[in-house]
Amino acid sequence: MKGRTNEEWLADLRGAERDRALADLRVVILRGLKAAFVGRVRSLDATVEDFAQDTLVKVLENLDTFRGESRFTTWAQRISMRVAYTELRRRRWRDVSLQELLDRNEESNREPEALTDRTNSPQQETEKKITAETLEGFIVEELTQKQRDAIVAVMFQGMPLEEAAQRMRTNRNALYKLLHDARKKLKRRLEAEGLSPEELLKAFGDA
Amino acid sequence: MINPKDSVKLAMALSMTQDVELSCDECFEELDRFVETQLAGLDAAAAMPLVEHHLRTCDGCRDEYQALLSALRTSRGSLSAKLLWDRLRDSFRSG
Repeated sequence: MKGRTNEEWLADLRGAERDRALADLRVVILRGLKAAFVGRVRSLDATVEDFAQDTLVKVLENLDTFRGESRFTTWAQRISMRVAYTELRRRRWRDVSLQELLDRNEESNREPEALTDRTNSPQQETEKKITAETLEGFIVEELTQKQRDAIVAVMFQGMPLEEAAQRMRTNRNALYKLLHDARKKLKRRLEAEGLSPEELLKAFGDA
Repeated sequence: MINPKDSVKLAMALSMTQDVELSCDECFEELDRFVETQLAGLDAAAAMPLVEHHLRTCDGCRDEYQALLSALRTSRGSLSAKLLWDRLRDSFRSG
């Protein structure tokens, strides 16, 4: 494979050498994807072929956004990892609705064993219960319904941001900001009440 | 009522919350530079603290970062192996 500077990659991908440059870039992307996902996806070769193809399309669409602050191949591989994870997350979560997750969370909170740790003393259990009630009160008073749903889906039930965002008719970036605002509001409320996250962790026996 | 496991997750997230944080897109924009800094043996976290913070708090971006790191480590490893092999071959030829 021909070694290229960043400028040569850009020139080749925009000029007469485009097909050869694309073939070379495809080799780099495939090698990186295989290294990153070996043992983690089924039918590795076929799967990464699809990811590499989608990556090349995105690379060509976004050539003008390359700022030259890293090697061109690192930039292209960064795109390949976003492409791959977006698709893998879509496949993993495609049959799960947001409502299902919210209901699942509601149910798990109703189960008595979810709320009780038998290794704790009655005093510790009482303290945990009071702390959980306090935290729940802050969530209800400080956050919007959308922020509460996002916390349950993403933080408690582990749904990836982009999957939750799609179901909430927004995008990953905006959902991160919505959750950041929610965390800031809760943190400020804790501070206003003379509490800290570290004290909560201590009360829950995790610090 | 919120269960203890979720309360811990939330409290941990609050303990890491900063007023200024990067969004996923902003972190993604810096990810190639962050990984190259790290692979150059420099302190990427000190050079780009907001990226490092986002990677600690966002599972999705952390997965993508680790995948990119694996990919680049492998390609650099194979490059080093090739250089080693070329040097060995040259030394046999010259010897």
